[in-house]
Amino acid sequence: MTDALWYFARGSGVVSLVLLTVVVALGIGARSGRTAFGLPRFAVNLLHRNAALLAVVFLAGHVVSLLFDPYAQLRVFDLVLPFAGNYRPVWQGLGTLAFDLLLAIVITSLLRKRLGARVWRIVHWLAYLCWPVALLHGLGTGSDNGTVWLWTISALCTLLVVAAVGWRLAPSFSRFPERARRHINPRLLPAPTPALTQPGTPSQPGTPPQPGTPPQPGTPPPAHFGARASAQPGSYEEVR
Amino acid sequence: MTSVAEAPPGSSVESRLLADPAGTRLDVHLTQHGRLPAADLTQVIGMARDAGLTGRGGAGFPLWRKLAAVAATNRPAVVIANGAEGEPASGKDKALLAYAPNLVLDGLQLVAAGARSAVLYVPASAHPALARLLDQRRSAGLDRVPVRLVAAPDAFVAGEESAVASAVAGQGAVPADKLVRITDAGTLVQNVETLAHLAMIARYGPGWFRAAGTYDEPGTFLATVSGAVASPGVVEAGYGVALGDLIAAAGGATAPLAAVLVGGYHGAWVPADPRLPVSRAALTPYGGSPGAGVIMALPVGACGLVETARIAGYLAEQSAGQCGPCVNGLPRLASTLSDLAARRARPGLPAEVERLARLVTGRGACRHPDGTARLIHSAMRAFHADATAHLAGQCLAERSHR
Amino acid sequence: MSHAETTRIGRGQEPASRRLHVDWTACDGRGLCAELLPELLTEDDWGFPVARGDMTVPPALEPAARQAVDRCPALALRLVSERPAPASS
Repeated sequence: MTDALWYFARGSGVVSLVLLTVVVALGIGARSGRTAFGLPRFAVNLLHRNAALLAVVFLAGHVVSLLFDPYAQLRVFDLVLPFAGNYRPVWQGLGTLAFDLLLAIVITSLLRKRLGARVWRIVHWLAYLCWPVALLHGLGTGSDNGTVWLWTISALCTLLVVAAVGWRLAPSFSRFPERARRHINPRLLPAPTPALTQPGTPSQPGTPPQPGTPPQPGTPPPAHFGARASAQPGSYEEVR
Repeated sequence: MTSVAEAPPGSSVESRLLADPAGTRLDVHLTQHGRLPAADLTQVIGMARDAGLTGRGGAGFPLWRKLAAVAATNRPAVVIANGAEGEPASGKDKALLAYAPNLVLDGLQLVAAGARSAVLYVPASAHPALARLLDQRRSAGLDRVPVRLVAAPDAFVAGEESAVASAVAGQGAVPADKLVRITDAGTLVQNVETLAHLAMIARYGPGWFRAAGTYDEPGTFLATVSGAVASPGVVEAGYGVALGDLIAAAGGATAPLAAVLVGGYHGAWVPADPRLPVSRAALTPYGGSPGAGVIMALPVGACGLVETARIAGYLAEQSAGQCGPCVNGLPRLASTLSDLAARRARPGLPAEVERLARLVTGRGACRHPDGTARLIHSAMRAFHADATAHLAGQCLAERSHR
Repeated sequence: MSHAETTRIGRGQEPASRRLHVDWTACDGRGLCAELLPELLTEDDWGFPVARGDMTVPPALEPAARQAVDRCPALALRLVSERPAPASS
């Protein structure tokens, strides 16, 4: 019975890693806004989400089986607090860290509408930390480390994620490479120090305009057609 | 609709806000107009409704409806006088704050009745003089509601209603999504000129106010007249005033005029017909409105397409940078129009300009893309013959000048 | 936002028609909505959604519209009940 738990823990851990790899690749694919494998965008998106939820299921199995495993001696607080374990604390701690990060990503995703897109996006960036931490945990902690099959699986997963991240960083990633980035026009941001000491230049208060003539604003609006006078033959200066 | 031939009697150049302006001299202001009669918010809403006072910031929305919407939220209102005036062709708010700031501050007290505080949102350069005046008014017991000065960035969209609210809240002056109306959130943003009119209405009554302007568009408005006129500046007149009278009040045209830009950079080009009334009713057929009172006279010999392309380039630069269609569409629109203006002709160029203008319309948090598109649509109508000539490598304005 | 999403009954007891609302300050032009609602939306030159008509959602398309709202990566899309012309400055 205890052996079964142990095998299940190892197996579900590896499956989780493979699923997380697929989730990262699909996430990057969804971010590109492109269709993939003949799937429409929303399907790529849904696949990303469902693969992530499946990974959580396997991870839950992985963690629960270890809680009951006599060798691992995992305590409940080891699920939350990394690097405090009895068994290979550093490598196990990486697993705890990855688990916590994944929980944060999944929970914020489920509560995305309440939290807002900004918080969700910031937490979602942690996926790029979660995945390598999970990989290291798998390579270091398991009794399978050093086996050819684990190294092969890990190498293939790494290859997929590196390729996806490489594509993500490439200029050809966007469907619309010519699209201008949206960012707040700096002239609208609050000035660091309010310019309260600029006497002279503004309007001359207390000096009313001459009666009979139209009042002039402190700085009259520019006569636009004269501005380009030198360049334009048909300009206002010449007409006058 | 107002006939072009006969303007109503109240539609002429007539100084009210800017008659014998007291500047920042509080004693002169009080001698001229006396103290502000006390009024609660219900009375203020009533007088604004009876007077038919509309916002002078550009959109022309009835003041009383905004006041009522804010009052209906039943929470402490945020009341803001908006003197940002980011529009380069407009100088009327700046002039008003220099020549009759007490009227603005009186009006602000009226709409802020019952509020805990009020805000005067104006460019930082105007702050020192206004801060001194606010101190005087408080010592004189004129301002029951304390007024705070907030610096308006010198940028086109900084005066947009939701951008004003954002700036006053300490964030950037960026427009917000309009799913929840700003008045429903308990914020009142009013142009400074509207408030000055309200201060006059409180003293002289809605009937007096309605003696100027037309029946549908009562009152006077401040116009900033620039371009090919002898003395560019700010003129006050009743709505429906003949375009020619406004231009005459600014010293008259210095050259025969080809067209006039009415309503500002988000406005429309209209024919330089001196009899054309400057009112919403008369300008609607041209896709325009008096807006914030900008009048820019284009002389014969200046190319309207070149001028519009210059304005479009400026407006593209002034995008707040938040909304994809604006960030991408306005620069493309401006460069396409520039190609036409500079006679870098290619087939279908005018149609492409029109397509892009339609494409950006209605697709932003604020009306910046819509206003830009409106200007360009009106230019393509007003300068249609020029556009055709440009495609053939000719410029009518240039030729007429020779 | 709940008040904006509640159905208001218009005059004459007809159910209030629903309309798609894009928060352009949030929209990132990922293209999911145009894909899920090709009857109502298309994409512009830069991948941002463009209404084919006036963004009014016919009852038959409401489920698809809900899905589009749900799937928007930027949470920029909303389904709102029709309301009078908005006030502006």
